[in-house]
Amino acid sequence: MAQILSPLPGTFYRSASPDQPPYKADGDAVSAGDVIGLIEVMKSFHEVRAETAGKNIRFLADNEEPIMAGAPIADLD
Amino acid sequence: MLKKLLVANRGEIAVRIIRAAQDLGIATVAVYSAADAGALHVELADEAVNIGPPAAKKSYLNIEAILTAARETGCDSVHPGYGFLAENAAFSDAVTGAGLVFVGPSGDAIRMMGDKVSARSAAAAAGVPVVPGSAGRVEGLEAGREVLAETGFPVMIKAAAGGGGRGIRIANSFAEFEQAFPQAEAEALAAFGDGGLYMEKVIGKARHVEVQILADGSDAIHCYERECSLQRRRQKVWEEAPSRALSDGLREELCASAVALAKAVKYSGAGTVEYLYDDEADRFYFIEMNTRIQVEHPVTEAITGIDLVAEMLRIAGGEKLRIRQGDVSVKGHAIEVRLNAEDPAKEFAPFPGQVAELRVPGGPGVRFDSMLYQGYQVPPFYDSLLAKLIVHAETREAAIVRLIRALNELKISGLKTTKPLFLALAADPAVRAGDVHTRWLEGWLIENAAASAG
Repeated sequence: MAQILSPLPGTFYRSASPDQPPYKADGDAVSAGDVIGLIEVMKSFHEVRAETAGKNIRFLADNEEPIMAGAPIADLD
Repeated sequence: MLKKLLVANRGEIAVRIIRAAQDLGIATVAVYSAADAGALHVELADEAVNIGPPAAKKSYLNIEAILTAARETGCDSVHPGYGFLAENAAFSDAVTGAGLVFVGPSGDAIRMMGDKVSARSAAAAAGVPVVPGSAGRVEGLEAGREVLAETGFPVMIKAAAGGGGRGIRIANSFAEFEQAFPQAEAEALAAFGDGGLYMEKVIGKARHVEVQILADGSDAIHCYERECSLQRRRQKVWEEAPSRALSDGLREELCASAVALAKAVKYSGAGTVEYLYDDEADRFYFIEMNTRIQVEHPVTEAITGIDLVAEMLRIAGGEKLRIRQGDVSVKGHAIEVRLNAEDPAKEFAPFPGQVAELRVPGGPGVRFDSMLYQGYQVPPFYDSLLAKLIVHAETREAAIVRLIRALNELKISGLKTTKPLFLALAADPAVRAGDVHTRWLEGWLIENAAASAG
């Protein structure tokens, strides 16, 4: 099992904009380099990418909620 | 006169508004998100109300929560500051609808100036020169082709409902135009739910000049101009007053046009009419009107001696303009720089963190507007502006020397800030000569990456 950690403090978003579907849904497989969310830091947006491939992604961080640097965003099998 | 003011903002502008209100004997209520419980504006206000979680959408942009806070604390007025809800017509209407005074213009005035097409029409009708382009919305590609006769190339295609640089395309030829127009239409529809477009000639090398207005709904005056040509990604970083590029004659013409527009729309409060100034043609063109107090207002306060935020509060309280045009005069030169929590060495990446040590510059001609204090944890959820350093001196040259002195006095440790950028700019020959335009800084940053990083 692997964990994806937040690289920055800020607000976590699961989709590119409110009217778009999430980058990944719970249970999706991810490839290394896939965008799984965005962190907004002081009005600038930074993509969060999976560093390794994995199956069955399970999000731990909630959409549009504050997140600390180093906090877990999702688990991967 | 207002009795109790809710300040619907955070950061340095909330502190600035609380100070002005307290100077006038008006009680103050701060609002704050869960991330701002330890913020300076919360400390300085007479009362403070928690209006929700850190995300701005759930707190500083939550109209219902702000109105509830105003009602429960017995406020008679709301100041929106800048950003957040400051230019939200529905907020102005909601505040007024709740029986409170909105410190700013009516919802209708905000709507008229917020829509780029109606603002441009209002300016043209008031005799204010506008950038050559479409008279209003361009209905379709065929109509767009006809506007090209007026603008030539390069031409800018903008979304009528756009803002902040979004939804803008530039075409350099007929072929590019044919391709870009339908794309811009689709993009505007997707981004703003409104596919309306308008077209404007691109002014190559232009300065950004803007005129400060004060108005009471019938009368209006100007407080001269500011120049804000040093911009990065369309964000101003260094502002000054007056602009050294304008002749006295053109300055009077420019300022008179801003007053004419404010009177024509029966404007009330503080506002700014923004223009592009083309050095070569020695002409100015209207861009837009901002219906709020602006970040860079202190440079105008420095050269005119007028407390703009206090005047806004007096006008909102029902007073007529106290200052006559003949009483407004310019003394010396002022410069403001924006100290942001950004790392100039890493392409201005945001740098939230904790203020370890803080030494604030002082002495003659120095003003420091900020919400910082030692130990303050800068939250990552909001704008990166930490402080505005404003210097005032007899001449522009002396103001730049004073800016360097004050920047060297300033110490903010624990955070990366844009201070090294301003030390490098203040030493640059083009900046010293005032020989800049709105796209100058971006080119300079590429050539001077090391110097601006300190």
